[in-house]
Amino acid sequence: MSDLKKIRDEFISKLKGKLDLAELNQIKSDLFGKNGLVSSQFKKIGTIDISKRKKFASDLNIIKDEFHDLINLKIKEIEKANINEKLEKEKIDVTLPERSFVRGKIHPVSQTIDEISSIFSEIGFSVEEGPDVENEYNNFTALNTPDNHPARDMHDTFYLDEKKERLLRTHTSPVQIRTMLKDKPPFKIIAPGRTYRSDSDQTHSPMFHQVEGLHIDKNINMGHLKGCLNYFIKEFFEVKKIKMRFRPSHFPFTEPSAEVDIGYEIKDGKIIIGEGDQWLEILGCGMVHPNVLKNVKVDPTKFQGYAFGIGIDRLAMLKYGINDLRAFFDCDYRWLNHFGFDPLDVPTNYRGLSR
Amino acid sequence: MKITFDWLKDHLKTNLKEKNLLEQLTNIGLEVESVESLSSDDQLFKVAKIIKTEKHPNADRLKVCDVNIGEKELKKVVCGATNANEGLITIYAPPGAIIPKTNTKLEIAKIRGVTSFGMLCSESELNLSDESDGITELSKKYEKNIGKSYFSKSKSNLIDLSITPNRPDCLGVKGIARDLAASGFGRLIVSKEKKIKFKTKQTIKVKINKEKGQGCSAFGSCVIKNVKNTESPQWLKDKLISVGQKPISAIVDITNYVMLDINRPLHAYDADKIEKGIIVRNSKSGEEFTALDNKIYKLEKGMCVISDNKGVLGLGGIIGGTRSGTEFDTKNILLESAYFDPRSIRNTAKKLNLDTDAKFRFERGIDPLSIETGLKKAASLIQEICGGEVSKIDIQKTESYKTKIINFDVNSFENIVGFKISEKEIQRILTDLGFIIKKEKNSLKLIVPSWRPDISQQIDIIEELVRISGYDKIKTIDPIKDRFKSTLTQTQRLFHFLQRAIASKGYLETITWSFTDQSYNDHFREAGKEIKIVNPISSELGVLRNSIFSNLIMYMCKNLDRGFKDLSIFEIGPVFTGSNPGEQKTVVCGLSAGKKSRLSWIDKERNIDLFDAKRDVVQTLSEVGYNSDHFFIDSKTPNYYHPGKSGRIFLDHSKDKVAAYFGEIHPNILKKIDIKTENLIGFEIFLENLKLSRKTLKDQKLKFSVSDFQKSERDFAFVVNKDVEAQELIGVISNVNPNLISNIKVFDVYEGENIPDNQKSIAISITIQSSEKTLNDKDLEKINNSIIEAVENKTGAKIRS
Repeated sequence: MSDLKKIRDEFISKLKGKLDLAELNQIKSDLFGKNGLVSSQFKKIGTIDISKRKKFASDLNIIKDEFHDLINLKIKEIEKANINEKLEKEKIDVTLPERSFVRGKIHPVSQTIDEISSIFSEIGFSVEEGPDVENEYNNFTALNTPDNHPARDMHDTFYLDEKKERLLRTHTSPVQIRTMLKDKPPFKIIAPGRTYRSDSDQTHSPMFHQVEGLHIDKNINMGHLKGCLNYFIKEFFEVKKIKMRFRPSHFPFTEPSAEVDIGYEIKDGKIIIGEGDQWLEILGCGMVHPNVLKNVKVDPTKFQGYAFGIGIDRLAMLKYGINDLRAFFDCDYRWLNHFGFDPLDVPTNYRGLSR
Repeated sequence: MKITFDWLKDHLKTNLKEKNLLEQLTNIGLEVESVESLSSDDQLFKVAKIIKTEKHPNADRLKVCDVNIGEKELKKVVCGATNANEGLITIYAPPGAIIPKTNTKLEIAKIRGVTSFGMLCSESELNLSDESDGITELSKKYEKNIGKSYFSKSKSNLIDLSITPNRPDCLGVKGIARDLAASGFGRLIVSKEKKIKFKTKQTIKVKINKEKGQGCSAFGSCVIKNVKNTESPQWLKDKLISVGQKPISAIVDITNYVMLDINRPLHAYDADKIEKGIIVRNSKSGEEFTALDNKIYKLEKGMCVISDNKGVLGLGGIIGGTRSGTEFDTKNILLESAYFDPRSIRNTAKKLNLDTDAKFRFERGIDPLSIETGLKKAASLIQEICGGEVSKIDIQKTESYKTKIINFDVNSFENIVGFKISEKEIQRILTDLGFIIKKEKNSLKLIVPSWRPDISQQIDIIEELVRISGYDKIKTIDPIKDRFKSTLTQTQRLFHFLQRAIASKGYLETITWSFTDQSYNDHFREAGKEIKIVNPISSELGVLRNSIFSNLIMYMCKNLDRGFKDLSIFEIGPVFTGSNPGEQKTVVCGLSAGKKSRLSWIDKERNIDLFDAKRDVVQTLSEVGYNSDHFFIDSKTPNYYHPGKSGRIFLDHSKDKVAAYFGEIHPNILKKIDIKTENLIGFEIFLENLKLSRKTLKDQKLKFSVSDFQKSERDFAFVVNKDVEAQELIGVISNVNPNLISNIKVFDVYEGENIPDNQKSIAISITIQSSEKTLNDKDLEKINNSIIEAVENKTGAKIRS
């Protein structure tokens, strides 16, 4: 029996036995190591008689490949066995809680402002802003509410100086003035923001939010005003039909002026907007007074249009069933968590205003 | 303004119902605030007649009366009034009725052993007058009403209207009737003026001083002599009571009635108490008088007063004085009907903090041509009720009323309102409202009624027309979608992005007042200007906030007190730097308290720390679009932060404007406000300090280039002095060869054993990669050496071997 056959028989039988990874590596080294049995045979090739050399080399290669295949197979077998053994030990209780996470929330007023902006964006309005501290002129006089006008009584104003020249704006209407002084018509803007009145009870808080609307162009009339508000209210409350009533009223900076009521009813303790025979006042509006246009150097014989002011907090309360206005500003963790919105819920037109 | 349908019917002929009335009032801009139905209890009080009286068996002063209340049987009522005599017609309240004065419910009661079924009422018990001496005595006329409800006259509901300040004419019932008639709700009744004989001359001289700022431009008056001031007759009392006014005396009641009926305030003086004549003048500084509300007012210079030789009698158009007030024994009166300038009235009333019915009307503007009408109406009633002789009317004037004329372009209506009404209808409405119309070529020449101070230009006419025509006629025109510019500016987009970026990191958004408690504000004000509110609603909300922290900390405390331990809240909003418009900044301010992973089975518990806040800020700024590799950070922060555990972030090394602060809140502040939490970490991001990129996303996304050559990571540990900042090392390393060094990460900081006392070891992992070739050992060795050399030379560090 040749050496080769002897080696083959011996190691094939070894490799077929039960082996661990270390034993297998030992065999590998015994065969293919520097002085391994197979390696040594390869070194011998040169010394073999030329007539037998070819056959010897061929036999040797066959044995080599046989060993290689067998060893690789064995390695895979052992690895598989090892993993299976490991998996057996590695079972974990997946019902244990995940690593803790915290969810941030967007305040309902911010969400409502974004909803409003999204709706008005659809019909071509852009967003303007103005400062919280205003001068008396922009807040009153320019808005056709001169000094000593009884309408000033309706605004309980916070003043910052004894002369009453600096104040916290009582409405967002001064943004109309700033916008029109800054640019040239046409104007098509909304201006959401903080407003202040020195009033504090269940239904009033010293700070609240309003959104102002202004559309000035040639030939804009009260029909456009009605159409715009009708569109807004429907979109905002996400209803198909809305009952809406325009009532004559008076604001010094618009004429004719109107207050707008929407129909509602209470069903199972919840307010349903757009149905029923109860009326709820939600906004004031009107055609911008020619005196206001003159004050901001817009020619009232060429340009005309409408303006409106809506209480944002109130809209949010109605839409989301919030009862107490003061809770908006009370920062109760539980309230914020309950009424807040996920930051990924960005109101958009294509995806829908709210989920 | 309170009215009843019954009173309206004095001026309005209509068959329509109250329900229609309420709708129509609101439709024409006279908003119905509330409708108060008189309680059915009032209907319980009945006209009754005492048939027989007997002395009470057990009490000398009491009587037992048999009373006819219109039923078959007589009722037995125990009564203590001396005038409870047989044959008296009076008012009976049955058991169950609620006595208005005391608000108590009557029950069947035994009075000294005799059962009394109800009660006979005095006028005071019924709030009819102050007369409490004896029970009400009704005239023989009431005989036929026995058994009927006494208050049947005022069954009309009390309607409270919210009259807008531009409509003083509707502060009189007649004005409301006129508006209703114009809108098609009935017909206005034109009342005839009663003729009175003016026998005598007006004997009290009236003078309006011509001086600067004179608040009175016309003063009409007449004297009525030999009057007998009494209680008002029942119809007048009823009228006043029906709108919630209390009858006082005939003269006062008549002036009130005229005011409520035609919006003409009047004032009656006791003529005998006027020293010589009346002088209408500006007050002198420090003058005093006692007003009818029994308060002493000290006047400033320049208020419009009615005075005589002795001094101030009253404040014109606001309130009269006690010295010349009318009483029941007044014999001669001077009746005033004047015109006061609204501005002057308002100034004075505001300074003295006075509000009266007269002031409310004069400051809105009284019909200047109603002086005489008012005097005549009141004088004739006084004469009718109190007797006496009325003098001729005297009117002193410094200015005459000028008629207002408007040229009205008929087409302007449709232009503003969007629908059309015929010229005939326009004329009809305006005529009904009291305008006098002259038709001209292309327009209508309109003479504005004197009672409409609110009407001065074309738009005012359009308002009248659309108001009376009905707002429901306005068409709904679909919105025009044309856009002139993008919805949000770049700054506004940044605002919204920051808001949601911070919220997405686990912060609850709050909205707090723009004002705050001064003591809290002072903790965070630094050198900022304190901006006081002159008239705050409370001293805890007395200043505009210089920082959002004051409010956030206050509310954080409240939430911790509610038992929550680990909280993150934020607000994005204004802080104020001065009291001028525009002196404000937009800040995103966040505050976190407590621990990370409290009571976790899996994570190690630790206090929240400044690196949590730093991560939130840096991540947010990165998300917004700033490259955090360019940030420069140092430790110079405002004094409300922990001096050693806080930092500020600049967007780049030019250190132009502070983008953000982050860090622990100063322990002194925590101690002062006594907040109980493991740690309190805050940050502020300053919106206006963030440079707006001129590149939009579509420009930024254009180029994409990365290297696919092999990269190697090398770790270094440097020993440096403790005061050397990690940022410095990173800066030096990144400058060695920016083309090859792509990622520098500090992965360990170590002080202690094997490191000298004042030093620390910083371990840094550096990624080296070329975009041109695979780097060989020699290249890597070279860059390693350059890194070590640069760091050692520039920071004094030594490489740890």
